[in-house]
Amino acid sequence: MSSGPFDRDFWRSPLRGPWLASLLSAALLPLIVITALTGFLSHVAYETELPGNAIGGSDGILAPVYRALDWPAGWAWLYAVNQGVHVVAGFAAAPILLAKLWAVIPKLWERPAVRSVAHALERLSLALLVGGALFVFVTGVFNIQIYYPWEFSFVPSHYWASFVFLGALAFHIALKLGVMRRAFREHGVVAPLRQDLAHTTAEAPAASENVPTDPKPATISRRGFVTVVGGTSLGLTVMMAGQSIGGPLRNLGVLAPRGRDYGSGPNDFQINKTAVSAGVTTTDTGPSWTLELAGAREETLTRDELLVMKQSTHDLPIACVEGWTTTQSWSGVPLRDLARLAGARPDDILLVESLQESGSFRDAALTPAQISDPRSLLALKVNGVDLSLDHGFPARIIVPALPGVHNTKWVASMTFRSA
Amino acid sequence: MAGFARLYGAGPLHLLSVLASFAVAGYAALRIRDLGAAGNVAVWFVGAIVAHDLLLLPLYSLVERVAARLARASARPARAGSPPPPGVLALNHVRVPAMISGLLFLLFFPSILGRNEGYVGASGLEPDVYVGRWLALTGALFVLSGVLYAIRRGRSRAAYPRSG
Repeated sequence: MSSGPFDRDFWRSPLRGPWLASLLSAALLPLIVITALTGFLSHVAYETELPGNAIGGSDGILAPVYRALDWPAGWAWLYAVNQGVHVVAGFAAAPILLAKLWAVIPKLWERPAVRSVAHALERLSLALLVGGALFVFVTGVFNIQIYYPWEFSFVPSHYWASFVFLGALAFHIALKLGVMRRAFREHGVVAPLRQDLAHTTAEAPAASENVPTDPKPATISRRGFVTVVGGTSLGLTVMMAGQSIGGPLRNLGVLAPRGRDYGSGPNDFQINKTAVSAGVTTTDTGPSWTLELAGAREETLTRDELLVMKQSTHDLPIACVEGWTTTQSWSGVPLRDLARLAGARPDDILLVESLQESGSFRDAALTPAQISDPRSLLALKVNGVDLSLDHGFPARIIVPALPGVHNTKWVASMTFRSA
Repeated sequence: MAGFARLYGAGPLHLLSVLASFAVAGYAALRIRDLGAAGNVAVWFVGAIVAHDLLLLPLYSLVERVAARLARASARPARAGSPPPPGVLALNHVRVPAMISGLLFLLFFPSILGRNEGYVGASGLEPDVYVGRWLALTGALFVLSGVLYAIRRGRSRAAYPRSG
């Protein structure tokens, strides 16, 4: 009889051991690398080194890296793909992460708790690894549902905690690569998946603290376990990809926050911030609205004056950091025409301010490359009709590959100036 | 060198790499401290470990154990020493859809319970559809699992006809 979790006999699943932990890690690692890289690229896409674009604090010692990296406007789908992949890979990893933690839980209770200084540091590093992983997953999963039960700011906390996680992960990989190699050499990478329930037995207890010394008969084969975890991961992939790709596939996003239909009208598509929540009313956007354009010259333009300028129409996606996308046909005045009108220099940046008086993303700065792309618009219409108030009437920014929230709605002023 | 290993418990490279990873974590912690609300980040960081390792995992393991015991109690007693019957475990066809449904709840409970107060202001929609969608998905998982169970049991009976 075992006395409790500190007793090794307490842990009895015959599935636990280096082979299962290694297989789950081999599946988890590429997903984590993809999520980390796309997360980093999203930070690049926010152009945090431009005035007003940083969300919570500076980039610290990484500032030169972000100054050197320019997010291109050339591939309109780039941000949509980046964020779709980020969120899909994160969700696909979630069941594997939980399975992996289940597979190695006896290690938490190992005795003696500390064998040496090295062992103590390893365990401390494991706390950073597990805490960091759970923190970035929980904050990410809650953020896409617009659920903020905490006091901290999501973006910088999610971002910096990922460094804690990845730093500890790098050490963990260096430490455990040998265990994985040994497990795969001994059992084969996939051979244990061929055993049925009757042939599912525990690994040798000497192989790891996670192998039970007093295993129960298996109630599920390793093949069954891996199928369930992999199948769940695949199901989540389909669900989250649905809201990323949009169109008819959006219906696959059954539980995805943006697996929803708005209707069939020209303005019936995903809204990210309603006029009500931004405090923008029809009084602000009525006939008295004007665009304040500033550069070497200053101009004040009414909506009718903007409408008689040369209009361009482009199909462009709005892609949210939360991993959903909606592609629509936008019409309006190219930003480079407005730059010319304001007498902007080629290397000027553009500061765009919204009628929204307070709150995050009421303003955003655009790079010279983003201003000069012929598809970058001050959009007045969508799908052939005036923008609805929720989509930014009287005028909004649409720039290829720009993070969704930087496509400022209810534009009040545009200022071209040197960076 | 051997002296170092005896004192420390591993080679010098181990120490250097763990310290490097701590340095990265330390710098990130400083950045978070500069943002304010660092205490709250720490609470969520440690809270996540406690919530998973000491609450969630023990809780679902306990549910598992009780379910397995109930399944054993209701199953026909196997002859002592005989290998487990090649039949299909009904237990798995209950716990797998239950586990997947539970995981979906864990991931999407803010939407399912309508706790995500920012959702209406962000999307202009109420989150009230999600509880029904989750229940429907859960129902579909159990139905699918039941159908699979019937098929697998049928096949197993055909392959191993009962002798008695």
